Amino acid sequence: MRNKKRWNRRTRVLFYTVFMVALLSAAYLAGLLIPEDAVASDFMNAKLPPSFEHPFGTDSLGRDLFLRTLKGLSVSITVGISASFISAVIAVLVGVAAAVGSKRLDGVICWIIDLFMGIPHTVLVLLISFALGRGLKGLLVGIAVTHWTSLARVVRGEVLQLRSCQFVAVSRRLGKSSGWILRNHLLPHLLPQFFVGLILMFPHAILHEASISFLGYGLSPEQPAIGIILSESMKYLSAGLWWPAVFPGLTLVLMVLLIDKLGDNLKRILDPYSAQE
Amino acid sequence: MNTTNDTPLLRVSDFSVSFQMYDSALEQKELKVISDLSLTVYPGEIVAVAGSSGSGKSLLASAVLGLLPNNASIGGTIAYRGEILSPQRQKALRGKEIALVPQSVAYLDPLMKIGPQVDGTKKPLPTQKRRKIFSRLGLPEKTERLYPFALSGGMARRVLVSTALISDANLIIADEPTPGMTLEQALEALTIFREMAKEGKGILLITHDIDLAFAFADRIAVFYAGTTLEIAPSKDFQTGPEALRHPYSQALWRALPQNGFVPLSGFQPYAGHLPAGCLFAPRCPYKRERCEKEAPSMRNVRGGEVRCFYVT
Amino acid sequence: MKERLFRLGSALAVEILKMLSLLLAVSIIAFALVSASPVDPVQQYILGIGPVSEEQRAEIEEYWGVDDPPVERYLNWLSSLLKGDLGVSSLYRRPVGDIIGERFANSLALMLCAWLFSGGIGFALGCVMGINRDRWPDRIIKKICYLLSSVPTFWLGLLLLLIFSVWLQWLPVGFSSPIGVLDSEVHLWQRLYHLILPALTLSLASFANIALHTRQKLIDVMENEYVLFARARGEGKGTILRRHGLRNILLPALTLQFGSFAELFGGSVLAENVFSYPGLGSAVAEAGLNSDIPLLLGITLFSALFVCVGNLIADLLYRVVDPRIREAKR
Repeated sequence: MRNKKRWNRRTRVLFYTVFMVALLSAAYLAGLLIPEDAVASDFMNAKLPPSFEHPFGTDSLGRDLFLRTLKGLSVSITVGISASFISAVIAVLVGVAAAVGSKRLDGVICWIIDLFMGIPHTVLVLLISFALGRGLKGLLVGIAVTHWTSLARVVRGEVLQLRSCQFVAVSRRLGKSSGWILRNHLLPHLLPQFFVGLILMFPHAILHEASISFLGYGLSPEQPAIGIILSESMKYLSAGLWWPAVFPGLTLVLMVLLIDKLGDNLKRILDPYSAQE
Repeated sequence: MNTTNDTPLLRVSDFSVSFQMYDSALEQKELKVISDLSLTVYPGEIVAVAGSSGSGKSLLASAVLGLLPNNASIGGTIAYRGEILSPQRQKALRGKEIALVPQSVAYLDPLMKIGPQVDGTKKPLPTQKRRKIFSRLGLPEKTERLYPFALSGGMARRVLVSTALISDANLIIADEPTPGMTLEQALEALTIFREMAKEGKGILLITHDIDLAFAFADRIAVFYAGTTLEIAPSKDFQTGPEALRHPYSQALWRALPQNGFVPLSGFQPYAGHLPAGCLFAPRCPYKRERCEKEAPSMRNVRGGEVRCFYVT
Repeated sequence: MKERLFRLGSALAVEILKMLSLLLAVSIIAFALVSASPVDPVQQYILGIGPVSEEQRAEIEEYWGVDDPPVERYLNWLSSLLKGDLGVSSLYRRPVGDIIGERFANSLALMLCAWLFSGGIGFALGCVMGINRDRWPDRIIKKICYLLSSVPTFWLGLLLLLIFSVWLQWLPVGFSSPIGVLDSEVHLWQRLYHLILPALTLSLASFANIALHTRQKLIDVMENEYVLFARARGEGKGTILRRHGLRNILLPALTLQFGSFAELFGGSVLAENVFSYPGLGSAVAEAGLNSDIPLLLGITLFSALFVCVGNLIADLLYRVVDPRIREAKR
């Protein structure tokens, strides 16, 4: 009886998680599958308010905002996932290096973390994007390079704690190599940290992507990124065109909330003790 | 020092505490931590509640002060000077009539200087009185300007005691006042309590230091798995097992280093896994069939109280 | 006392050394990044000033040191930086130092308003949540905090702009002063008027963090043993919050506020761009878009300095205020 109940709760969380992943994948695929000419300019239909035919209305060039937003979301998801993944890999590598390396290496790494936290992220991303000639690559590298620091700190602390644990000391005394200990003791603990850290970074990465695109540094203006749509909407705001500003932004916020919730759930599945509250 | 004719300062009758707990499957469960407890403290008397850790004795202090956590439910009554305490009444009395001397310096606000902290919220501030108390306790004048972290162990103890003295409370509950102290400091602390008792205050001393309780209290309540097994004058404990009534008290006496260090086998049962009959039955060398089915209540034997069917 | 000052002084010296090492590293990284950029600074500069003769071009190339190796170029740039010369902005055709000074005054007004406002409101709401833990005020405010941290700053700004400037027409659409009015003629209240929306945007974007942090800290404090003892001594809930709660959460909250300069600056870049507010944030975005390398480098360094100063204050605050660290004997 008791076991059944626990299982039910777990299934419920799993079910929600699968549902959310499906929703995100659907948005992603929809964005990819929408043909270019569906969002082509159509001056006959410019600046139309939301209607049944155009749920989010059309922009100043007559492009359907709902379809553009969907396309923008899939760009956001691509950038968000790739940047978070790179960032999480950097975080784990750096965190482990700091914890198992020499004291000097640890000091250097902590200093580097301080360094990355010492420049406002927005400014650093602008700079990196500028260095790489703007565009998708600059955006991706910029976001990946700025988001790893806090997870690296967590990983470092975790590994330091594991290293002082008894079972690790016993393995070492039994003559197991560092590599063996890493594979058998550290990795099983770090893997959940890695995934949880990645998914927690995801919404931040998306928000940054939108912000940087908004500032004109991300994708080129023809491409449908949420930041670009919103940046364009500013020109027509005073003319009363509210829909290009409201709906794409709202969709972005909903997606960020969804991913946040997904992260919470994943944390609950992978690391049930930390998610008591 | 038996003053049985007066009204007791504190009378705890048939008292029980249980907690509503959620276990992992989100099912509510009731954990009984204190059961069927009765205890009295008379003016001028030190009553020690002695028991090993996990016996629930610290909860008794919280219960008397009305500071149990929200998920606790209680049964039975607590009366102060004959008046049964309601939560409102407890709120009104605490800090005024009933004072707590806490365990350690962790019970002091780390960011507040000792002076204002001991003065408390009373208006007007009892600064002069506090200085008198400090000098009586042998605390140097500069103590009031220190922060708690700067106190030495002995000073901290006296500062904690001073919070009870400044309140003019008549009932003082001292929760584990001696751990971490040297023998001299412990004796000194207990001497202060004895002086307070001589002024007519009643002191409930909660401790796991059985030795010290034997030496200093007037009466001792032996606490086990959330209830008292025996309440007896401390001279009985000084005399030895032949003067004691309950098998557990006798075992405690024998387990003391100076009395042979004889350990008692088995474990104290945990809340949630209490035996159905006498709580001590699983470890009792004299247990009979009845002990495992029925819980005995306290009865008077040879000038003390004991929770056992068969002791004479 | 003397010993205490000495300890504080040496701690300060260590922190300042660390800060300088970080700033030096920032300058190297920033310089390396703009050098790696495909943008040709000479071309950009010439684009900015119009057609030039061959000699002028050669002069400009020499100024930029195009033919020098990167390390030498960096050292040249650094040595003039140390002399206080940040170069000339190709976008504004004025010394970068002057532009930063002017723009920072504007940004400071904006950030200070938002900092005070978000700090005050965040702290107050955090306290409300903390003492009402798991009851409806806590739940509602917590939801709002989570929601706000999922909203991009610039979109928040857009919404406020839409509501207050376009629909209600209460507040202006942008610029820190009315267009066509000389700077000296701008009244203080007009400046404030133009400051309201950007400051509100920045505050809303940053108060959730301090509120949630204060909530957690207050909950921790209220579960502490000294709060239990205060109750045992007859202190009521309000008294305990005033006497012990605030005392113990104020310092961590202040430290967090001073430690959040990076987020504040990052947020101001977005808020300033939405409202065309003439501060450092809009300047840095323009500098990058127009390949104004001296200005980009200057603002990057300045923002790092700004963040470091905040962290330094946060660190010193603990040493000066917390008696456990202040009076600890080594």
